Amino acid sequence: MQIKIEKIIVEALVELSDELEDESLLKASKETRLYGASSSLDSLALVSLIADIEDRISEEFEIDIVIADEKAMSAKTSPFRDVESLTNYINEQLS
Amino acid sequence: MQKVYIITGSSKGIGKELVLYYLSQGNIVSGCSRSDSTIEHENYRHHSLDVSNETDVVKMVRATKREFKRVDVLINNAGIASMNHFLTTSFSSVQNIFSTNFFGTFLFSREVAKIMMRQKHGRIVNFTTVAAALKLEGEAIYGASKAAVENLTQTTAKELASFNITVNAIGPTPVETDLIKSVPKDKIKALLDKQAIKRFGTFEDIKNVIDFYLADESTFVTGQVIYLGGVNS
Repeated sequence: MQIKIEKIIVEALVELSDELEDESLLKASKETRLYGASSSLDSLALVSLIADIEDRISEEFEIDIVIADEKAMSAKTSPFRDVESLTNYINEQLS
Repeated sequence: MQKVYIITGSSKGIGKELVLYYLSQGNIVSGCSRSDSTIEHENYRHHSLDVSNETDVVKMVRATKREFKRVDVLINNAGIASMNHFLTTSFSSVQNIFSTNFFGTFLFSREVAKIMMRQKHGRIVNFTTVAAALKLEGEAIYGASKAAVENLTQTTAKELASFNITVNAIGPTPVETDLIKSVPKDKIKALLDKQAIKRFGTFEDIKNVIDFYLADESTFVTGQVIYLGGVNS
């Protein structure tokens, strides 16, 4: 499950790289930052990425989740920090 | 071209008329209401749900996307009205009205806009009311819930503009549907007297404004609220 989720996030980032004309996202990995100064995503790109991941999760697992929920927004450490933290957060939501 | 519509509150009244109208044009419609479906059509899908139930709304929107691959139009029609002096309005009644009128519009708009954002195209039409513009006595909560919808319309129009999504609202006058059946006749007459054109609205009046918002030429029309009957805010 964890590996599948990470793959979905990386694929969504690779697709976004084309839209943002940002080649660094082509090499997205679990360390890729999604949020903050060292991330290449602006807030709109992050919103777009989240919507894309929700859709891919829905297609892959036929489970409908809302990633930006109350828990995600109030967590001490944001799940949107990097690919790994988001993978862990989604894995928790799905299990 | 065949389009995919989501229309809330589709089992009766204006919602049902809208579903039948857009189906008759060869479109696909996904509708919802708390009750079972009242429409049988090969291009219609019904979901029995409460529009303020987040999980069910998410499921419906994603199921529509999974089956039809896109959503072109969202019409947030589901609404409830209630007339009462605000001093005798129960808190649970306020919660119910806001749940359907505002939270429902919010949830559907958010979920459908995520799809529209990715397809870089979409039209959202929300329902307000002349009661919000006229600040009618006895309609404090209904009017407030619809004023919230108007503000949401105008702000989301800005936030979604860069994705080629337009968000507009229509404010009908009273139409002879279930929504106003419990409102005393003299109250309705007093309301109609406040309009420039003093008559009930019809489905045709509403359809005309929605068709304008949805027209291919209306790409530059967003964040607008059109009241029927010559009412101004």
